Amino acid sequence: MEHGSSKDLTASTFSLADEDHTLANSVRFTLNQDPRVTFCGYSIPHPSDARVNIRVQTTGDPAKEVLKDALQDLMIMCQHVRSTFDNAVAEFRTSKTVEDMKIK
Amino acid sequence: MPRVSALDLPDVPKGHLPPHLELQRTRVLCASDAPTHTETIQYSGAYASVGVDNSLRLDQFCRDFRVEVIRLTEDDMEFDMVGIDPSLANAFRRILIAEVPTMAIEKVLIANNTSVVQDEVLAHRLGLIPIKVDPRLFEYMSENDTPNEKNTIVFKLHVKCKIKGPRLTVKSDELKWLSNGSELPLEMESHTSDPASKQKTYTAFTCSQEIELEAHAVKGMGKTHAKWSPVSTAWYRMLPEVVLLQEVEDEMAEELVKKCPVNVFDIEDVGKGKKRATVARSRACTLCRECIRGEDWEKRVALRRVKDHFIFTIESTGALPPEVLFTEAVKILEDKCERVITELS
Repeated sequence: MEHGSSKDLTASTFSLADEDHTLANSVRFTLNQDPRVTFCGYSIPHPSDARVNIRVQTTGDPAKEVLKDALQDLMIMCQHVRSTFDNAVAEFRTSKTVEDMKIK
Repeated sequence: MPRVSALDLPDVPKGHLPPHLELQRTRVLCASDAPTHTETIQYSGAYASVGVDNSLRLDQFCRDFRVEVIRLTEDDMEFDMVGIDPSLANAFRRILIAEVPTMAIEKVLIANNTSVVQDEVLAHRLGLIPIKVDPRLFEYMSENDTPNEKNTIVFKLHVKCKIKGPRLTVKSDELKWLSNGSELPLEMESHTSDPASKQKTYTAFTCSQEIELEAHAVKGMGKTHAKWSPVSTAWYRMLPEVVLLQEVEDEMAEELVKKCPVNVFDIEDVGKGKKRATVARSRACTLCRECIRGEDWEKRVALRRVKDHFIFTIESTGALPPEVLFTEAVKILEDKCERVITELS
Protein backbone atom coordinates (compact mmCIF):
# COMPACT_ATOMS: atom_id res chain seq x y z
CA MET A 1 0.00 0.00 0.00
CA GLU A 2 1.43 3.34 -0.95
CA HIS A 3 0.47 6.54 0.81
CA GLY A 4 1.68 9.66 -0.87
CA SER A 5 0.56 12.84 -2.59
CA SER A 6 -0.89 12.43 -6.07
CA LYS A 7 1.04 15.46 -7.32
CA ASP A 8 4.42 14.61 -5.87
CA LEU A 9 5.46 11.08 -6.69
CA THR A 10 8.95 11.44 -5.30
CA ALA A 11 8.01 11.03 -1.66
CA SER A 12 5.73 8.40 -0.22
CA THR A 13 5.25 5.90 2.57
CA PHE A 14 4.78 2.23 1.81
CA SER A 15 2.83 0.20 4.33
CA LEU A 16 3.69 -3.50 4.08
CA ALA A 17 1.60 -6.10 5.88
CA ASP A 18 3.06 -9.27 7.38
CA GLU A 19 6.60 -7.89 7.47
CA ASP A 20 8.99 -6.96 10.25
CA HIS A 21 12.56 -5.85 10.80
CA THR A 22 13.90 -8.75 8.76
CA LEU A 23 12.92 -7.32 5.39
CA ALA A 24 12.55 -3.67 6.38
CA ASN A 25 16.09 -3.17 7.67
CA SER A 26 17.63 -4.93 4.66
CA VAL A 27 15.57 -2.83 2.24
CA ARG A 28 16.49 0.31 4.16
CA PHE A 29 20.15 -0.56 3.69
CA THR A 30 19.84 -0.98 -0.08
CA LEU A 31 17.69 2.16 -0.35
CA ASN A 32 20.25 4.20 1.53
CA GLN A 33 22.97 3.11 -0.82
CA ASP A 34 21.03 4.32 -3.88
CA PRO A 35 22.26 7.81 -4.85
CA ARG A 36 18.76 8.89 -5.92
CA VAL A 37 17.44 8.70 -2.36
CA THR A 38 17.47 11.74 -0.09
CA PHE A 39 15.70 10.15 2.84
CA CYS A 40 14.62 6.66 3.78
CA GLY A 41 13.62 4.94 6.96
CA TYR A 42 11.19 2.45 8.40
CA SER A 43 9.02 2.24 11.47
CA ILE A 44 6.82 -0.34 13.09
CA PRO A 45 3.63 1.38 14.24
CA HIS A 46 2.81 -1.27 16.85
CA PRO A 47 4.78 -4.38 17.78
CA SER A 48 1.67 -6.55 17.98
CA ASP A 49 0.69 -5.81 14.36
CA ALA A 50 2.93 -7.29 11.72
CA ARG A 51 3.05 -4.10 9.70
CA VAL A 52 5.96 -1.93 8.58
CA ASN A 53 5.94 1.61 7.16
CA ILE A 54 8.83 2.39 4.81
CA ARG A 55 9.33 6.05 3.94
CA VAL A 56 11.20 6.95 0.74
CA GLN A 57 12.03 10.44 -0.53
CA THR A 58 14.01 10.81 -3.73
CA THR A 59 15.73 13.44 -5.83
CA GLY A 60 13.22 13.25 -8.66
CA ASP A 61 12.43 9.67 -9.60
CA PRO A 62 9.08 8.22 -8.46
CA ALA A 63 9.50 6.62 -5.05
CA LYS A 64 7.83 3.38 -6.18
CA GLU A 65 10.43 2.79 -8.89
CA VAL A 66 13.28 3.48 -6.49
CA LEU A 67 11.86 1.03 -3.97
CA LYS A 68 11.42 -1.62 -6.64
CA ASP A 69 15.01 -1.12 -7.76
CA ALA A 70 16.23 -1.43 -4.19
CA LEU A 71 14.31 -4.70 -3.78
CA GLN A 72 15.78 -6.00 -7.04
CA ASP A 73 19.26 -5.11 -5.79
CA LEU A 74 18.54 -6.96 -2.56
CA MET A 75 17.44 -10.02 -4.52
CA ILE A 76 20.61 -9.96 -6.61
CA MET A 77 22.69 -9.66 -3.45
CA CYS A 78 20.88 -12.66 -1.93
CA GLN A 79 21.44 -14.76 -5.03
CA HIS A 80 25.11 -13.89 -4.98
CA VAL A 81 25.34 -14.76 -1.27
CA ARG A 82 23.72 -18.11 -1.96
CA SER A 83 26.02 -19.04 -4.84
CA THR A 84 29.17 -17.93 -2.97
CA PHE A 85 28.06 -19.92 0.07
CA ASP A 86 27.40 -23.07 -1.97
CA ASN A 87 30.80 -22.80 -3.63
CA ALA A 88 32.49 -22.30 -0.27
CA VAL A 89 30.77 -25.36 1.21
CA ALA A 90 31.69 -27.50 -1.81
CA GLU A 91 35.30 -26.31 -1.62
CA PHE A 92 35.46 -27.05 2.10
CA ARG A 93 34.12 -30.55 1.53
CA THR A 94 36.60 -31.37 -1.23
CA SER A 95 39.52 -29.99 0.78
CA LYS A 96 38.41 -32.06 3.78
CA THR A 97 38.25 -35.30 1.80
CA VAL A 98 41.70 -34.56 0.36
CA GLU A 99 43.00 -34.03 3.89
CA ASP A 100 41.42 -37.21 5.18
CA MET A 101 42.98 -39.14 2.34
CA LYS A 102 46.39 -37.67 3.08
CA ILE A 103 46.22 -38.65 6.74
CA LYS A 104 45.28 -42.20 5.84
CA MET B 1 59.99 26.03 -1.58
CA PRO B 2 59.69 22.76 -3.50
CA ARG B 3 57.17 22.88 -6.29
CA VAL B 4 54.12 20.72 -5.50
CA SER B 5 51.44 20.02 -8.07
CA ALA B 6 48.07 21.48 -7.14
CA LEU B 7 46.59 18.00 -7.22
CA ASP B 8 48.84 16.79 -4.43
CA LEU B 9 47.92 19.44 -1.89
CA PRO B 10 46.48 17.89 1.25
CA ASP B 11 42.93 19.21 1.01
CA VAL B 12 42.16 17.99 -2.51
CA PRO B 13 39.77 15.00 -2.45
CA LYS B 14 41.55 11.98 -3.88
CA GLY B 15 38.76 9.47 -4.17
CA HIS B 16 39.53 7.50 -1.05
CA LEU B 17 39.11 8.40 2.55
CA PRO B 18 41.89 9.58 4.83
CA PRO B 19 42.96 6.80 7.21
CA HIS B 20 41.20 8.10 10.31
CA LEU B 21 37.85 8.29 8.50
CA GLU B 22 38.39 4.87 6.97
CA LEU B 23 38.95 3.54 10.49
CA GLN B 24 35.71 5.11 11.66
CA ARG B 25 33.84 3.72 8.71
CA THR B 26 35.04 0.15 8.92
CA ARG B 27 35.82 -0.51 12.59
CA VAL B 28 33.94 -0.37 15.87
CA LEU B 29 36.32 0.99 18.48
CA CYS B 30 35.79 -0.90 21.74
CA ALA B 31 36.94 1.33 24.56
CA SER B 32 36.78 0.37 28.21
CA ASP B 33 33.61 2.34 28.85
CA ALA B 34 31.57 1.84 25.68
CA PRO B 35 32.01 1.01 22.01
CA THR B 36 32.09 3.94 19.57
CA HIS B 37 31.34 4.26 15.85
CA THR B 38 28.97 1.34 16.04
CA GLU B 39 26.68 2.44 13.21
CA THR B 40 27.33 1.49 9.59
CA ILE B 41 27.61 4.50 7.30
CA GLN B 42 25.07 3.49 4.69
CA TYR B 43 24.01 6.77 3.13
CA SER B 44 25.34 7.08 -0.40
CA GLY B 45 26.26 10.73 -0.01
CA ALA B 46 27.88 10.44 3.40
CA TYR B 47 31.32 11.35 2.16
CA ALA B 48 30.23 13.60 -0.69
CA SER B 49 32.20 16.54 0.65
CA VAL B 50 35.39 14.49 0.54
CA GLY B 51 34.54 13.30 -2.95
CA VAL B 52 34.12 9.63 -2.05
CA ASP B 53 31.11 7.74 -3.35
CA ASN B 54 29.63 5.52 -0.67
CA SER B 55 26.87 4.09 -2.83
CA LEU B 56 26.26 0.42 -3.41
CA ARG B 57 27.90 -0.82 -6.47
CA LEU B 58 26.65 -4.33 -7.06
CA ASP B 59 29.71 -5.35 -9.02
CA GLN B 60 31.93 -4.24 -6.16
CA PHE B 61 29.82 -6.18 -3.68
CA CYS B 62 29.99 -9.26 -5.87
CA ARG B 63 33.75 -8.87 -6.12
CA ASP B 64 34.49 -8.28 -2.47
CA PHE B 65 32.03 -10.65 -0.83
CA ARG B 66 33.44 -13.98 0.27
CA VAL B 67 32.48 -16.90 2.47
CA GLU B 68 34.91 -19.18 4.28
CA VAL B 69 33.68 -22.30 5.99
CA ILE B 70 35.60 -23.01 9.19
CA ARG B 71 33.78 -26.06 10.54
CA LEU B 72 31.03 -28.17 9.04
CA THR B 73 29.52 -31.21 10.74
CA GLU B 74 26.14 -32.87 10.48
CA ASP B 75 24.69 -30.77 13.24
CA ASP B 76 26.45 -27.45 13.25
CA MET B 77 28.63 -25.23 11.19
CA GLU B 78 30.75 -22.13 11.59
CA PHE B 79 31.56 -19.90 8.65
CA ASP B 80 32.78 -16.37 7.94
CA MET B 81 30.97 -13.89 5.75
CA VAL B 82 33.11 -10.96 4.66
CA GLY B 83 31.84 -7.86 2.92
CA ILE B 84 28.19 -7.93 3.96
CA ASP B 85 26.16 -5.40 5.92
CA PRO B 86 24.86 -6.21 9.42
CA SER B 87 21.25 -5.67 8.30
CA LEU B 88 21.53 -8.60 5.89
CA ALA B 89 23.39 -10.80 8.38
CA ASN B 90 20.71 -10.09 10.97
CA ALA B 91 17.96 -10.79 8.44
CA PHE B 92 19.49 -14.23 7.79
CA ARG B 93 19.75 -14.91 11.50
CA ARG B 94 16.13 -13.91 12.12
CA ILE B 95 14.89 -16.04 9.24
CA LEU B 96 16.93 -19.04 10.42
CA ILE B 97 15.38 -18.87 13.85
CA ALA B 98 11.79 -17.99 12.99
CA GLU B 99 10.87 -18.47 9.36
CA VAL B 100 12.42 -21.65 8.01
CA PRO B 101 9.62 -24.23 8.31
CA THR B 102 9.88 -27.65 9.96
CA MET B 103 7.56 -30.41 11.13
CA ALA B 104 6.50 -30.74 14.74
CA ILE B 105 3.76 -32.54 16.61
CA GLU B 106 0.70 -30.36 16.90
CA LYS B 107 -2.34 -32.54 17.69
CA VAL B 108 -2.18 -35.37 20.21
CA LEU B 109 -5.12 -37.76 20.46
CA ILE B 110 -4.84 -39.45 23.84
CA ALA B 111 -6.62 -42.75 24.23
CA ASN B 112 -5.34 -43.62 27.66
CA ASN B 113 -3.05 -41.84 30.08
CA THR B 114 -2.83 -43.22 33.60
CA SER B 115 0.64 -41.88 34.30
CA VAL B 116 1.55 -39.09 36.70
CA VAL B 117 2.17 -36.65 33.84
CA GLN B 118 -0.91 -34.68 32.89
CA ASP B 119 -2.31 -34.89 29.35
CA GLU B 120 -1.46 -31.35 28.40
CA VAL B 121 2.06 -31.52 29.82
CA LEU B 122 2.69 -34.73 27.89
CA ALA B 123 1.29 -33.17 24.72
CA HIS B 124 3.45 -30.08 25.18
CA ARG B 125 6.57 -32.17 25.60
CA LEU B 126 5.72 -34.24 22.53
CA GLY B 127 5.47 -31.03 20.52
CA LEU B 128 9.00 -30.06 21.41
CA ILE B 129 10.62 -33.22 20.00
CA PRO B 130 12.58 -32.45 16.81
CA ILE B 131 11.37 -34.60 13.93
CA LYS B 132 14.01 -35.66 11.44
CA VAL B 133 12.13 -35.12 8.24
CA ASP B 134 12.68 -32.82 5.24
CA PRO B 135 9.91 -30.24 5.62
CA ARG B 136 10.16 -29.27 1.95
CA LEU B 137 8.33 -32.48 1.04
CA PHE B 138 5.23 -31.34 2.88
CA GLU B 139 2.60 -28.64 2.58
CA TYR B 140 1.06 -26.46 5.20
CA MET B 141 -2.21 -27.66 6.67
CA SER B 142 -4.91 -25.12 7.36
CA GLU B 143 -8.00 -25.46 9.55
CA ASN B 144 -10.25 -26.80 6.82
CA ASP B 145 -7.90 -29.39 5.33
CA THR B 146 -8.30 -33.04 6.07
CA PRO B 147 -5.13 -34.69 7.29
CA ASN B 148 -3.52 -36.62 4.46
CA GLU B 149 -0.03 -37.81 3.70
CA LYS B 150 0.88 -34.50 2.08
CA ASN B 151 0.53 -32.44 5.22
CA THR B 152 0.63 -34.70 8.29
CA ILE B 153 2.89 -37.29 9.84
CA VAL B 154 1.27 -39.66 12.32
CA PHE B 155 3.06 -41.21 15.27
CA LYS B 156 1.84 -43.71 17.79
CA LEU B 157 2.97 -44.19 21.36
CA HIS B 158 1.85 -47.13 23.47
CA VAL B 159 3.75 -47.98 26.60
CA LYS B 160 2.47 -50.05 29.50
CA CYS B 161 4.24 -50.91 32.67
CA LYS B 162 3.59 -54.42 34.00
CA ILE B 163 2.29 -54.86 37.50
CA LYS B 164 5.21 -55.50 39.83
CA GLY B 165 7.58 -54.71 36.96
CA PRO B 166 10.49 -52.25 37.13
CA ARG B 167 9.95 -48.49 36.74
CA LEU B 168 9.94 -47.49 33.07
CA THR B 169 11.20 -44.30 31.54
CA VAL B 170 9.46 -43.36 28.32
CA LYS B 171 11.88 -41.95 25.78
CA SER B 172 11.37 -40.43 22.38
CA ASP B 173 12.27 -43.63 20.56
CA GLU B 174 9.03 -45.18 21.74
CA LEU B 175 7.23 -43.09 19.12
CA LYS B 176 6.47 -45.26 16.13
CA TRP B 177 5.72 -43.82 12.75
CA LEU B 178 2.45 -44.96 11.21
CA SER B 179 2.65 -44.90 7.45
CA ASN B 180 -1.03 -44.77 6.65
CA GLY B 181 -0.77 -45.59 3.02
CA SER B 182 1.64 -42.84 2.05
CA GLU B 183 4.09 -42.75 -0.82
CA LEU B 184 6.69 -40.90 1.18
CA PRO B 185 10.30 -42.09 1.09
CA LEU B 186 11.29 -44.52 3.79
CA GLU B 187 14.03 -42.51 5.41
CA MET B 188 11.66 -40.63 7.63
CA GLU B 189 11.77 -41.51 11.25
CA SER B 190 11.33 -39.67 14.45
CA HIS B 191 14.50 -38.30 15.91
CA THR B 192 15.53 -41.16 18.09
CA SER B 193 17.86 -43.67 19.50
CA ASP B 194 21.21 -42.05 19.06
CA PRO B 195 22.50 -42.95 22.51
CA ALA B 196 24.88 -40.00 22.53
CA SER B 197 22.50 -37.26 23.51
CA LYS B 198 19.37 -37.19 21.49
CA GLN B 199 16.92 -39.16 23.60
CA LYS B 200 14.40 -37.15 25.44
CA THR B 201 12.79 -38.46 28.52
CA TYR B 202 9.20 -37.72 28.97
CA THR B 203 7.96 -39.46 31.95
CA ALA B 204 8.76 -42.30 34.30
CA PHE B 205 6.06 -44.49 35.65
CA THR B 206 5.52 -47.58 37.69
CA CYS B 207 3.12 -50.43 38.12
CA SER B 208 0.16 -50.77 35.83
CA GLN B 209 0.31 -47.28 34.40
CA GLU B 210 -0.17 -46.88 30.70
CA ILE B 211 0.10 -44.27 27.98
CA GLU B 212 -1.60 -44.76 24.64
CA LEU B 213 -1.78 -41.91 22.17
CA GLU B 214 -1.58 -40.89 18.55
CA ALA B 215 0.30 -37.74 17.58
CA HIS B 216 -0.08 -35.72 14.37
CA ALA B 217 2.84 -33.62 13.18
CA VAL B 218 2.31 -30.70 10.81
CA LYS B 219 4.45 -28.07 9.11
CA GLY B 220 4.90 -24.71 10.74
CA MET B 221 7.32 -21.83 11.34
CA GLY B 222 9.20 -20.73 14.44
CA LYS B 223 7.22 -17.48 14.36
CA THR B 224 4.10 -19.30 15.52
CA HIS B 225 5.70 -21.50 18.14
CA ALA B 226 9.33 -22.19 18.99
CA LYS B 227 8.85 -25.95 18.53
CA TRP B 228 8.95 -25.32 14.77
CA SER B 229 12.35 -23.64 14.85
CA PRO B 230 14.88 -25.67 12.82
CA VAL B 231 17.93 -24.43 14.72
CA SER B 232 18.69 -24.93 18.37
CA THR B 233 20.24 -21.54 17.87
CA ALA B 234 21.98 -19.41 15.25
CA TRP B 235 24.19 -16.45 16.06
CA TYR B 236 26.92 -14.27 14.64
CA ARG B 237 29.67 -12.06 15.98
CA MET B 238 31.87 -9.53 14.27
CA LEU B 239 35.54 -10.36 13.84
CA PRO B 240 37.55 -8.85 16.70
CA GLU B 241 40.79 -7.05 15.89
CA VAL B 242 43.45 -6.51 18.54
CA VAL B 243 46.15 -4.00 17.69
CA LEU B 244 49.19 -2.99 19.72
CA LEU B 245 49.59 0.75 19.41
CA GLN B 246 52.97 0.87 21.10
CA GLU B 247 55.80 -1.57 21.59
CA VAL B 248 55.08 -3.66 24.68
CA GLU B 249 58.32 -5.07 26.04
CA ASP B 250 59.75 -7.21 28.79
CA GLU B 251 57.74 -7.05 32.00
CA MET B 252 54.79 -5.34 30.40
CA ALA B 253 54.74 -8.06 27.76
CA GLU B 254 54.67 -10.80 30.38
CA GLU B 255 51.89 -8.99 32.20
CA LEU B 256 49.86 -8.63 29.02
CA VAL B 257 50.15 -12.27 28.12
CA LYS B 258 49.06 -13.31 31.58
CA LYS B 259 46.12 -10.91 31.66
CA CYS B 260 44.31 -12.32 28.65
CA PRO B 261 42.02 -15.24 29.57
CA VAL B 262 41.94 -16.65 26.04
CA ASN B 263 45.66 -16.27 25.21
CA VAL B 264 45.39 -13.76 22.41
CA PHE B 265 48.94 -12.49 22.95
CA ASP B 266 52.28 -14.22 22.60
CA ILE B 267 55.82 -13.38 23.55
CA GLU B 268 58.38 -12.99 20.85
CA ASP B 269 62.10 -12.94 21.53
CA VAL B 270 63.70 -10.06 19.69
CA GLY B 271 67.24 -10.99 20.61
CA LYS B 272 69.63 -9.45 23.16
CA GLY B 273 67.30 -10.81 25.86
CA LYS B 274 64.49 -8.42 24.98
CA LYS B 275 60.97 -9.74 24.71
CA ARG B 276 58.05 -8.28 22.83
CA ALA B 277 54.36 -9.02 22.86
CA THR B 278 52.56 -9.83 19.63
CA VAL B 279 48.98 -10.59 18.77
CA ALA B 280 48.68 -14.27 17.92
CA ARG B 281 45.01 -15.25 18.02
CA SER B 282 42.84 -12.17 17.69
CA ARG B 283 39.93 -14.27 16.43
CA ALA B 284 39.60 -15.90 19.83
CA CYS B 285 39.24 -12.56 21.58
CA THR B 286 36.00 -12.26 23.53
CA LEU B 287 36.45 -8.51 24.09
CA CYS B 288 36.44 -8.93 27.84
CA ARG B 289 38.56 -5.75 28.05
CA GLU B 290 40.97 -7.31 30.56
CA CYS B 291 43.94 -6.16 28.52
CA ILE B 292 42.88 -2.51 28.69
CA ARG B 293 41.95 -2.55 32.35
CA GLY B 294 44.29 -0.60 34.54
CA GLU B 295 46.34 2.52 34.07
CA ASP B 296 47.71 3.41 30.67
CA TRP B 297 46.83 0.13 28.98
CA GLU B 298 44.37 1.88 26.69
CA LYS B 299 47.28 3.68 25.07
CA ARG B 300 49.03 0.45 24.27
CA VAL B 301 46.28 -1.92 23.18
CA ALA B 302 43.37 -1.09 20.87
CA LEU B 303 40.37 -3.38 20.67
CA ARG B 304 38.28 -3.12 17.56
CA ARG B 305 35.69 -5.03 15.61
CA VAL B 306 35.56 -5.24 11.83
CA LYS B 307 32.12 -4.03 10.78
CA ASP B 308 31.62 -6.19 7.73
CA HIS B 309 33.18 -9.51 8.78
CA PHE B 310 30.73 -11.87 10.49
CA ILE B 311 31.51 -15.19 12.13
CA PHE B 312 28.26 -17.11 11.80
CA THR B 313 27.45 -20.22 13.82
CA ILE B 314 24.41 -22.35 13.07
CA GLU B 315 23.41 -25.30 15.27
CA SER B 316 20.71 -27.41 13.70
CA THR B 317 18.28 -29.66 15.61
CA GLY B 318 18.64 -32.34 12.95
CA ALA B 319 15.73 -31.89 10.55
CA LEU B 320 17.92 -30.27 7.90
CA PRO B 321 21.72 -30.01 7.76
CA PRO B 322 23.01 -26.53 8.63
CA GLU B 323 24.23 -25.58 5.16
CA VAL B 324 20.83 -26.41 3.68
CA LEU B 325 19.20 -24.33 6.41
CA PHE B 326 21.24 -21.28 5.45
CA THR B 327 20.44 -21.67 1.75
CA GLU B 328 16.75 -22.00 2.61
CA ALA B 329 16.94 -18.84 4.73
CA VAL B 330 18.45 -16.84 1.85
CA LYS B 331 15.76 -18.21 -0.49
CA ILE B 332 13.09 -17.08 1.94
CA LEU B 333 14.49 -13.53 1.95
CA GLU B 334 14.45 -13.53 -1.86
CA ASP B 335 10.83 -14.71 -1.83
CA LYS B 336 9.88 -11.90 0.52
CA CYS B 337 11.42 -9.33 -1.83
CA GLU B 338 9.63 -10.85 -4.78
CA ARG B 339 6.34 -10.77 -2.96
CA VAL B 340 6.70 -7.07 -2.23
CA ILE B 341 7.77 -6.33 -5.80
CA THR B 342 4.68 -8.02 -7.23
CA GLU B 343 2.52 -6.20 -4.71
CA LEU B 344 3.97 -2.88 -5.79
CA SER B 345 3.55 -3.48 -9.50
